[in-house]
Amino acid sequence: MASQEILREGSSRGSFINDPRIRGLFFQTLVVILLFGSIWWIVHNVIENLQRLHIASGFGFLKSRAGFDISDTPIAYTSDSTYFRALVVGLLNTIIVAVAGIVLATIVGFTIGIGRLSNNWLIRKICTVYVEIFRNIPPLLVIFFWYSGVLAVLPPPRESIHLPLGSFLNQRGFYLPRAVWGDGSWLIGVALLLAIAMTWFVAHRARQRQRATGQQFPVFWTSVALIVGLPVLAFLLAGMPLTFDFPKQSTFNLTGGFWIKPEFLSLLLALSFYTAAFIAEIVRAGIRGVSKGQSEAAAALGLRSGPILRLVVIPQAMRIVIPPLTSQYLNLTKNSSLAIAIGYPDLTATAGTVLNQTGQAVEGVFIMMIAYLVLSLVTSFVMNIVNARMALVER
Amino acid sequence: MQEHDMSWVRAEMALAQPAPPTERGAYAWVRKNLIGSVGDTILTVLGIAIVLWVLPQIINWAFINAVWTGPDRTVCTTASQGGIQPDGWTGACWAFVNAKFGQFMFGTYPIEERWRPILVAILFVALLVPMLIPRVPRKGLNAILLFVALPIVAFFLLVGGMFGLPHVETPRWGGLLVTLSLSFVGIAVSLPLGIVLALGRRSKMPIIKWLCVVFIETVRGIPLITVLFFASVMLPLFLPAGVTFDKYLRALIGVSLFAAAYMAEVVRGGLQAIPKGQYEGADSLGLGYWQKMGLIVLPQALKLVIPGIVNTFIGMLKDTSLVLIISMFDLLGVVKQNFADPNWATPQTPKSGLIFAAFVFWLLCFGMSRYSMYTERRLDTGYKR
Repeated sequence: MASQEILREGSSRGSFINDPRIRGLFFQTLVVILLFGSIWWIVHNVIENLQRLHIASGFGFLKSRAGFDISDTPIAYTSDSTYFRALVVGLLNTIIVAVAGIVLATIVGFTIGIGRLSNNWLIRKICTVYVEIFRNIPPLLVIFFWYSGVLAVLPPPRESIHLPLGSFLNQRGFYLPRAVWGDGSWLIGVALLLAIAMTWFVAHRARQRQRATGQQFPVFWTSVALIVGLPVLAFLLAGMPLTFDFPKQSTFNLTGGFWIKPEFLSLLLALSFYTAAFIAEIVRAGIRGVSKGQSEAAAALGLRSGPILRLVVIPQAMRIVIPPLTSQYLNLTKNSSLAIAIGYPDLTATAGTVLNQTGQAVEGVFIMMIAYLVLSLVTSFVMNIVNARMALVER
Repeated sequence: MQEHDMSWVRAEMALAQPAPPTERGAYAWVRKNLIGSVGDTILTVLGIAIVLWVLPQIINWAFINAVWTGPDRTVCTTASQGGIQPDGWTGACWAFVNAKFGQFMFGTYPIEERWRPILVAILFVALLVPMLIPRVPRKGLNAILLFVALPIVAFFLLVGGMFGLPHVETPRWGGLLVTLSLSFVGIAVSLPLGIVLALGRRSKMPIIKWLCVVFIETVRGIPLITVLFFASVMLPLFLPAGVTFDKYLRALIGVSLFAAAYMAEVVRGGLQAIPKGQYEGADSLGLGYWQKMGLIVLPQALKLVIPGIVNTFIGMLKDTSLVLIISMFDLLGVVKQNFADPNWATPQTPKSGLIFAAFVFWLLCFGMSRYSMYTERRLDTGYKR
C-alpha cells in the first residue's frame, strides 16, 4: 500500500514537469517572449538607424516624382510620373513576361514531355538531351546566354536579318509587322465574344445530350468553326479593316512595326526554355502515372488510340500533373525577377531603383514582398479552381 | 482401353524456331523504334534533319574552329575586327577561358595564397568521396569531419588572419570558390533548419506551428532576389549602429533561409508519408518527443524524400548564381565580369565563357542528381512498388 502511494505521489509530481500541456505552454510562452523581444529590438534599431541616416519613413514617397525613365512602358509613363506609377509599370511588366512565359513554357514543355514518351527512339533521345541540359544549369545563365551570347552578337540594324512576313531580326531586337485596325474592327471583337459564348452553349448542350441519349456531338470541330468562322465573317462584312505597318529599314535603325526589345526576348526565351524542361518531366510522370490497365481496358472497349488518349489517359494524367505544374508556374513568375540582371524593368528592377533613390529600404522590400505574394496567391487560386474541376469527383 | 485412330503423333518436341527476320536484329529495332508508322517516319526524318543541322555546327564551333590558347583577343577575332582569323570565322574562344581560368576558380584571391582554397578543395574531395561510397566504413566519423571539422578548418584557411596566414577579406573571393562554399554551407545549414521548421509545422503547439507556417509560406512566395535584397539592405538596418557584417555572410544567411523553407516542405512530405502506427509505436515504447523523431520517424522520413532533398540542393547550387545581383561574384558573376575586359572583348567571348560556366554547373548538378538516383535505389526498403 505504502509503496503504491509513493508511486502515485511520485508520478503525479513527475507529471507536473512532464505534462505535455504545461511543457507546451512553457515553450510557447518562451518563444513568444523571444519573438517579441527580438521584434522590439529590431524595430528599435531600425528607428535609430533611420534617424541617424536621415531617411524618411512611411509610404509618402509614393506620391513624389520618380525622375527616372523606364524603357518598356505598357501604360503611359514619363520621368515626371510618380513612384507609385513606376511601380505599377514594373508590376505590369512582370505580369506580361510571366504570362507570356507560362504560355510558351507550357507549349514547349508538353511537346517535349510527350516526346520523351514517344515510340520513336530518336525523338525520345533528343527530348532527353534537352531536359537534362536545361534542368541542370542556372536560369540566370540561360538568360545571359540569350542576351549576351546570342542576341547581342546579331548583325547591326543596317544588316538586319530578313525573316518571312516582313519581320527583321538585329542586335536591337525583333521587329514584327504591326496590325493596324481600321473602322469597324469592333465588329470582329464582338463576333469573337459571340463565338466563345456559342461554343460554351454548344458544349453544354452536347454534354447534356450525351448524358441523356449517349449520342456524341463533334464539339471540337464545331467550336473551331465558330471561333474561326464568325470573326472571319465579321472581318469580311466590315470591309476588311486591317492594314499592316511593316518595319522599314532606314539608315541607322528600323522604323515602324512592332518592336520586341532584346531584354524582353531573352528573358522570355530563357524563362520558358528553362521551365519547359521541368514541365516536360511533370507531364511525363503524369502520363506514366496512369496505369496501363486503364488504356488496355479502353482498348478492350473498342476505343481507338486517339480517343483513348483524349478520353481516358489525359484526364487522369492531368490530375497528377496540375499540382506540380502550378508550382512551376509560380517558380516562373518568381524567376522573372531575374530580369534585373539584364535591365528589363520588371517589378524587382523598378522597386530596386526606387529603393536606391529614396533610401527607403524597408518600404521598398515590403512592397516587393507583398506584390510577389499576391501574384503567387492569385496564380495558386486560379490553378486550384482548375484542379478542383479536374479532380476525381467521388460519388 | 480406347483406341485412337491417329495417323501421326509427334513424338519429340518441336525445336524452337528463330524469330522471323522482321522481328529480330537491327532491322526490327529500326522498324519498331524509327519507322513504325507514317507519322513515326516523318518524325524520324525531322529528328535526323535537326541532328544533322545542329550537331555539325556545334562540333565545328566548339572543337574544329575553336581557339584553345592565345595571349589576347586577336586570336579570337576576324581580320575585319582586327584579329588574325579569316573573315566569316566563328568558333569558340577557349583561349579566353584558358587565360582567365584562375579567376574563374578563385576570383581575385591573391595568387600567392591560392594554395589555401586548393588545399580546402583537396580536403573536401578527400572527405566527400569516402562519404559517397557506401562500402567505406566509419560514416559517423566521416560525417563529423565533413560537416563540422571541415567548415572550421576551411574558415581559418580561407579567411586567414591567424596562425601566420595573411587575412583575405571576402570581397576578394570569387568564382567557383564562392559558388561551392556558399552552397556547401547553405546545404549544411538549411537541412537541419528545414527539419526543425518541418517539425514545427507539424507541432501540436499552435503558436510554434503558425510561426513556422508563416515563415515557410512567405519565403516560398517571394523570389530569392527579394530575399537577397532583404539580406543585403535590411539586415544592416536591423542591427545596432556600428555593427556591420560581411556581405558574404549576408548572402549566406539569405540563401540558407530561402533553401530552409523549401527543405521544410520536402521534409514535411516525408513526415506525412510515415504511417501513424510508427508514431504510436514509438509513443507506446515510452520514447520522448526527440527520441521518437530522431530514432523512429526522421530516419524513415528522410530516406523517403532523398530525391526531394537532392533537388533542393541542386536548386540551391543553381540559385547561388543570383548573388551576382547584390554584386558578389560567383562563377557566373566572374565570367560575366570578364566580358568587359577590353583585352578579350570579342563577339565569341560571351558565348564561350557562358558555355564553360554552364558546363561546370551542369557537371555538378547532373552528378548530384545521378548520385541521388543511385542512393534511392540502394536505400529502397520496399515502400515503393
